[in-house]
Amino acid sequence: MSDVAAAQPRRSLWARYTTSSPIVVTFYALVLGLIVGAVIISTTTPAVLDAWRALFHSWNGLPHAINITFDNVGAAYRAMFTGSIVDPQTFWHSLLSGKGWPNTLTPISETFTYATPLIIVSIGVGIAFQTGLFNIGANGQAVIGGIAGAAFGSMVHMPTVLHLPLTLAAGIAGGMICGAVPGLLKAYTGAHEVIVTLMFNYVTYAFLLFAVLSTPFQQPGQQNDIGRTMDPSAILAPLFGTTSGLRVSYGVVVAALVVVFAWWLIDRSSLGFDFRVTGANPSAARASGINAKTIIVTVFLISGGLAGLAGVVQVASTTHYIDGGFLIGEAGIGFTAITVALLGRNRPFGIVWASLLFAALGVGGRNMQAITGIPLDLATVIQSAIVLFVATPVLVKEIFRLRNAPTIGVQLATTGWGT
Amino acid sequence: MQLELRGITKRFGSFTANDQISLKVEPGQIHSLLGENGAGKSTLMNVLFGLLRPDEGEILIDGVVTSIDDSGVAVRHGIGMVHQHFMLVPVFTVAENVVLGFEPTKSLNRINYRQATDDIRHLSREFNLEVDPDAIIENLPVGLQQRVEIIKALSHDAELLILDEPTAVLTPQEIDALMEIMRSLAAAGKSILFITHKLKEVRAIADVITIIRQGHVVGTAEPTASEAELASMMVGRAVNLTVEKSPFHAGEDVLEIRDLVVLDDRGLIAVNGVSLDVRAGEVVALAGVQGNGQTEFVEAIVGMRKVQSGTITLRGRDITNLTPRQALDAGLGHIPEDRQRDGLVLSMSVADNLVLNTPRRVPFARHGTRNFSAISENASRLVQEFDIRTTSIQAPASSLSGGNQQKVIVARELSRSLEILIASQPTRGLDVGSIEYVHRQIVEHRNQGGGSLIVSSELDEVMALGDRIAVMYEGKISGIVNPSTSRESIGLLMAGTEMEPSGV
Repeated sequence: MSDVAAAQPRRSLWARYTTSSPIVVTFYALVLGLIVGAVIISTTTPAVLDAWRALFHSWNGLPHAINITFDNVGAAYRAMFTGSIVDPQTFWHSLLSGKGWPNTLTPISETFTYATPLIIVSIGVGIAFQTGLFNIGANGQAVIGGIAGAAFGSMVHMPTVLHLPLTLAAGIAGGMICGAVPGLLKAYTGAHEVIVTLMFNYVTYAFLLFAVLSTPFQQPGQQNDIGRTMDPSAILAPLFGTTSGLRVSYGVVVAALVVVFAWWLIDRSSLGFDFRVTGANPSAARASGINAKTIIVTVFLISGGLAGLAGVVQVASTTHYIDGGFLIGEAGIGFTAITVALLGRNRPFGIVWASLLFAALGVGGRNMQAITGIPLDLATVIQSAIVLFVATPVLVKEIFRLRNAPTIGVQLATTGWGT
Repeated sequence: MQLELRGITKRFGSFTANDQISLKVEPGQIHSLLGENGAGKSTLMNVLFGLLRPDEGEILIDGVVTSIDDSGVAVRHGIGMVHQHFMLVPVFTVAENVVLGFEPTKSLNRINYRQATDDIRHLSREFNLEVDPDAIIENLPVGLQQRVEIIKALSHDAELLILDEPTAVLTPQEIDALMEIMRSLAAAGKSILFITHKLKEVRAIADVITIIRQGHVVGTAEPTASEAELASMMVGRAVNLTVEKSPFHAGEDVLEIRDLVVLDDRGLIAVNGVSLDVRAGEVVALAGVQGNGQTEFVEAIVGMRKVQSGTITLRGRDITNLTPRQALDAGLGHIPEDRQRDGLVLSMSVADNLVLNTPRRVPFARHGTRNFSAISENASRLVQEFDIRTTSIQAPASSLSGGNQQKVIVARELSRSLEILIASQPTRGLDVGSIEYVHRQIVEHRNQGGGSLIVSSELDEVMALGDRIAVMYEGKISGIVNPSTSRESIGLLMAGTEMEPSGV
């Protein structure tokens, strides 16, 4: 809470960077993740390996080996940066000439396009985490949300002012229904939510294939697994107009609203307080009159609803139709959401940053693959390494010799010794 | 073994946990280290056992300066430690636990269980430590588990035993048994460092008492010193050990319980037809050895456990089988038995914990949105009013000492308008100062005309607080008596001897 931060004495800048706090640890985890990526690039690029191998014959090649290592790693990360955020050269050009802005802004637009549904679904997963519930089925809920939204957006016709909100609502409803099942099972029969949600993913994939191959929803005149295309009145239009060529859509507005809603829910609302109490200490929650069953079902409705919303935002802002591969494999944002929520420490704003980071690594990775030939999988390696380091704060603190944050009060220092 | 500590100082950052502590333990002596929670007793013992390095000072064993770098060194020097929380593997046998890490082996590295068992039998005989070497730890009562820890220390040829709050988890009978063991160990020439904050025990067993407060040795005392003297040295001010109560004016019935039957977790009858009334302005103390149905009884009243049959009426309103929320709203205050499990969310702030069961009440929330300024105001007021020692109302509850954590719960419950206060073991594990405080608050509630039901397995507490004492045995009330009744009679009731209700 902000009061605590304010109560602490002001510290020097240096102290701030060398004292462990969640944010500092996350930052260093990012650095370590990039270092791991650099090592992998060096050890898998033939040119670099050859240069180092040459050292067995003569040490004269050492500067060359070092150079070529940094060149390759640098090229890869430069491609990642220019592909996901901005290319400084075209940026200067646009700034000076006022031309070519769409081109310059495409990378960042793509990053936001990928991050938008990820933010929404991750917040849903994060809310469940904070309540001590593991929603591993967010991906399936997003699939159902996507189907519901795509169906409503393509098979019902009405003006935008009604159509778009109702399409989004259909997605939320789809996700809610899909989330309610594990919630109800957990609350009333004790079925473990991890198993149920995980298995439910497969049910939704099967349903997706069934839906896109069945007559009412399948694209007319198609034999393949493709659904109907949504009406223009139901889609999330590009934020800067269709002519700009930038894909970033009004979905970011939806995501922003979700962030504000989640912040209110977790930090400000009585319901969110009940969620957090339940997550932190279920026994105390019960003794304080919180009804665990209601909380479990409510959390799964919210978490599932947000996942469903993410699904419909994904369809309505990019392809405008779904196919049999919707959110499958690499595109499974519901699974990425679990790591994003972890990285963002389940906090709405933390999740925004984590989603943008993951989206940037993914989008930039594609550019890196195109330019340097280093496989896109490296981006996944870096993402995973970062999460791994975030999950092991002790290791990060040890590597960077971070000092522990001053403890609040004297008692903390002593209780650990069982006085 | 003779042990001497000279000027031991241990700091954690800017906090000095031990400041120039010196003391001397002679062979065959039971040396008591008395101090409140947080006084630095356990830190000192961890220094002695090699778990912490002292910043200053030295440790002398039989007059030789010895540096104890880790617990292995301590063990080699004949120091054994019995931790407050046992370090045993629950699914292993007694013998396996005792030899763990120092297994005697036969050829091909097979563990020689026979030798292990024989060693345990031998130690058991020598020091009156009866325990079956083949029993599985998790099937043993806590008192016997502690014995295993002692045997384990002795099997490493310990000459000095450190017992860290050994009685905190024991029943009165087990405490007596432990004291016998300590005496026989001392008689055999072992030195014992006995860490506690319980005055009665210290006076019963110690040869020498060293009192520490806030990391300093404040003095030594003889076991003949009165409890009041010891308490005032320990707390640093005069402590009122008896609870002052104004004469008792019982009003009308607040809580009426009729023929209550409640099952325990295994589905067996835990509360078997209990009837009990609590009147306004009255403290009814429910005594009894732990595990006689008190826990289930309280849980049934506060709505956390289903009532099989019987009724609970609060001011004429039937509150049988309400949800905990409804029970809270009906005006039941509850201080739970296990405060860290049921009473607090340790990771949350003191302010949040103070509204834990009323988060939706105006002014703490309006239209589902929490009102932080009202919550903070409430917290600041209660922290002041109930003397909760915390660095900030935003500090997590985990940063508070046990006594202050309990004060948070007491403050939260008593600050609501209550019809009745139900308190389970309200002072368990608290130091003298906090016990005094909690008792005063309960009496204050009574004097203002509130009804209270206090469940306690501490006879002293029951006798000090109760206007009437109900004794529970095997799920039934075995008697309801006056507080003037002798301890012996109450003890008999606790052991199950039936007695006609005396109609008080």
